[in-house]
Amino acid sequence: MKKSHILALIVVALGVVIVISTAGDASSYVSFNEAYELAQGGSSKKIHVVGELKKGESGQVVGLEPSADKLSFSFVMIDEHKHEQRVFYAEPVPADFVRSEQVVVVGSYKNDLFIADKILMKCPSKYQEEAL
Amino acid sequence: MIDTLIGEIGHIFVIVSFVSALLAAFSYYKLTVSSEFEKEKWKSFARGTFYFHIVSIMGIVTTLFLIIYQHKFEYHYAWSHSSRLLPAYYMVSSFWEGQEGSFLLWMFWHAVLGIFLIKTNKSWEGPMMTIFALIQAFLVSMILGVVIGDLRIGSTPFILLRDALADPIFQIDPNFVPADGTGLNPLLQNYWMVIHPPTLFLGFALTLVPFSYCISGLWTGRYNEWVRPALPWMHAATLVLGLGIMMGAIWAYETLNFEGYWNWDPVENAVYIPWIIMVASIHTMITYRKSNTALKASIILVITSFILILYSTFLTRSGILGNASVHSFTDLGLSGQLLLYLLFFTFMAIIFSIKAWKHIPSTNEEVSNYSREFWIFIGATTLGLMAFQVLIPTSIPVYNAIVELFGGISNVAPPADQIEFYTKFQLWFAIAVALLSGTGQFFWWKKMKASDLWKAISTPLIITFLLASLVIVLAKITNLAYILLLTASIYSIVANSKILIDLAKQNVKLAGGSVAHIGIALMLIGILFSSGYSEVLSINNTGRLINRELPDDMNLNNIPLFYGKKYQMGEYTLNYNGKLMDAKGIPSLVNIRDLEDTMQPEFKIAKNDIEAKGKVYFQAGDTIQVFPENTYYRVEFTRQNGEQFTLYPRAQVNPNMGLISSPDIKKYFGRDLYAHATSIPNPDAEIEWGEATTHNLAIGQQFFLNDYVANLTKVERLTKIENVSLGENDVAVKATVEVQTDNGIFTLNPLFIIKDQMVGRVPDESPEIGVKLVFNNVIPDQNTFEISAQTTQQDWMVFKVIEKPYINLLWIGTILLLIGLWMAMFRRYRDFKLMRDKGQD
Repeated sequence: MKKSHILALIVVALGVVIVISTAGDASSYVSFNEAYELAQGGSSKKIHVVGELKKGESGQVVGLEPSADKLSFSFVMIDEHKHEQRVFYAEPVPADFVRSEQVVVVGSYKNDLFIADKILMKCPSKYQEEAL
Repeated sequence: MIDTLIGEIGHIFVIVSFVSALLAAFSYYKLTVSSEFEKEKWKSFARGTFYFHIVSIMGIVTTLFLIIYQHKFEYHYAWSHSSRLLPAYYMVSSFWEGQEGSFLLWMFWHAVLGIFLIKTNKSWEGPMMTIFALIQAFLVSMILGVVIGDLRIGSTPFILLRDALADPIFQIDPNFVPADGTGLNPLLQNYWMVIHPPTLFLGFALTLVPFSYCISGLWTGRYNEWVRPALPWMHAATLVLGLGIMMGAIWAYETLNFEGYWNWDPVENAVYIPWIIMVASIHTMITYRKSNTALKASIILVITSFILILYSTFLTRSGILGNASVHSFTDLGLSGQLLLYLLFFTFMAIIFSIKAWKHIPSTNEEVSNYSREFWIFIGATTLGLMAFQVLIPTSIPVYNAIVELFGGISNVAPPADQIEFYTKFQLWFAIAVALLSGTGQFFWWKKMKASDLWKAISTPLIITFLLASLVIVLAKITNLAYILLLTASIYSIVANSKILIDLAKQNVKLAGGSVAHIGIALMLIGILFSSGYSEVLSINNTGRLINRELPDDMNLNNIPLFYGKKYQMGEYTLNYNGKLMDAKGIPSLVNIRDLEDTMQPEFKIAKNDIEAKGKVYFQAGDTIQVFPENTYYRVEFTRQNGEQFTLYPRAQVNPNMGLISSPDIKKYFGRDLYAHATSIPNPDAEIEWGEATTHNLAIGQQFFLNDYVANLTKVERLTKIENVSLGENDVAVKATVEVQTDNGIFTLNPLFIIKDQMVGRVPDESPEIGVKLVFNNVIPDQNTFEISAQTTQQDWMVFKVIEKPYINLLWIGTILLLIGLWMAMFRRYRDFKLMRDKGQD
């Protein structure tokens, strides 16, 4: 075997290792129910849940509760299976949070509360903005 | 009346620039393929259309800038990215805050580079400019804003507000123009954000040049000649893109509060990946220039780097990262167009490569382990794997989209802790890169045999081990990976310095490579210390939790600072003593205590004379324009050795209740103190005053107010007071109470008034020290005065201070890397010019 072939084999092997380890470390998007089952099953792995903020009849966000000092807050999120869940986040309410049309929370269950380590927001694009 | 004309002119420029780009592409194509006889004719026509295209691009840029500059808020772009009080230099940032503007910026740089290439090239103009003009046509199509049936092509920046928004006001009054725009995101109101995007996009634009040379070479059968002219441009692209990336890192470090400069966010990764591949391509290209190997590798890498730039554009702008990244652009519905753009040039490059592949010269002989080709190749492969490792997880959203396209369900999400995940891999790649960049240099400059190698590297190795052990012991490094990275980086610095010294004796112009390698190694050491050994200084030793609901580390690593109460943090004494604002027309920040609110948040009235540096800038009663978004928190630091300095971390409370906090940084040579407010009182909350206590005081009598010592120093009769007309029998009395704090004396002046035999009391309060005084009564027979006091929590902030050791090595390393690339770029450009002037460009 030529040296270049050995080299190529090593590179391919490393590539495969990278892909496999990424798959191993990758998190996943799940529903709150699945996340709860995972937590009950003893898994402490961080997962992603996609959903929306709970809105009232006139479209205002309901259930948003900042702590007294604004250092943290909790809110009600509805996942894609319409399951409602209170989520706690140990950071101040992010800018544009109430405007977001979709939120992704990354974290895990602690008892019955979902503790988010990170929140990602998708804000409406300019063609969906409606009010001045 | 709304000005629709300027937008129509802008839109016409867009359409003209699109058509002229297509025409230029076609005529440059004809120039490339036509016979010598017809070439002259096509050349002048092609140039004409391309120049016409450039003029219309400049037309679009000028029109859009005028719309922003003249506050034409009937246009969505001006309304959503600017405002009346925005300083002119930030209007430049407004220009590229939106997707359309940033596309324009990119096209603008292509146009400028196009002129330069037409002027400097002789034989490459035809094929190169065909590719340039085609790329421009694709880019202009993104802002075309033409609707054909249900198909919308591009998103125009010239859309009127009434067409973009469905607000009911436009049904009542179609000519409604908002009085002001919504303004530029205050986080972007930073000088780095004025220069970071243009630099980044110039970097993007520059990658097109080597790509065009490469494709032109494959197309016209000049399979190996393209390398020489492309090489200086690849250096330029790597230099400018690297500079742009690092400017973004500095901006994040100075403005955002994630306590670092790099977050492994998909948007950051999207430019990191092509940059690494560009570095790899430089190495294979220079190998080819020396010894005719690695041509195929160079072609693959140059094409890959450009395709990765397009891929990064697709990732950040198509909205596909929506669930994965904190800061991609908002989705403009361009994903189809962006995908077409990406796929068109990917397939074009693949087809040209396949057609040319069997003609591309390559060597079949086995490379020796002691040849520079072997080592460079190992280096380029390492870089390739380094980029691949970041590419795979960053592409997870794309993988999901593809699976879903074929009807499957995929719920893979990127790793939850990105920093930990990427560091785990990239750290080892960095060690390999440092080792190779040290060793490779020896092979580069000299043919080596096994015995020579030992001779060359023994001295550097000994120096390395001595230095590394010294640092490891002094800095108490115990983590094995860190020890290896440090040793490898020191080795790279020592080895490259040896080469640098040898080269400096002969021809210092050749030393670009070793300077750049020293820079990279310094950057690695800087990253190792500033990230691996950053330390929280603000340990809460008050024995009080900040908030029971918070996780333990929040309570432990943040300290509550109360106004005027000194706090001992290690060897520093901290004193939080004021909230300030940035005001127009004065060189220093203005204390909010000296300002009175008006109906508009942008304007305040001076309560007393305001001076800075000994000069009075505003007199009492003057109206002052301020920048209301940010509040600066003044914290004075006094170190045990007597050193004193003041930091001004800032925070803004966003209307949507978010706290956006930006740090202030004290720079020492060996470390940074990075300080930011992690919490502040809610500025909109009503103050809740405690129960009143009544004090019966004689003049000069001391009493306690909210833990401060206070003193009634004076009571005087006033002959007139503002807004109240005093009659002959009316009385107005002013008490002066001085409160002593660590920040000097606060004076409060409550009033007691008898007007028309009615008693009136005007209280005075100071929210900073949490005191409110009411002048209740005058008791003439005891010669005392009754003053009631209410108290509340004094003003506070929660503060975090982090020490980042040796972060300056990262910045110094960056500068060296850029200087090295600059030197190498000039050397390669001289090569190209010499040969071109001989007629062999």
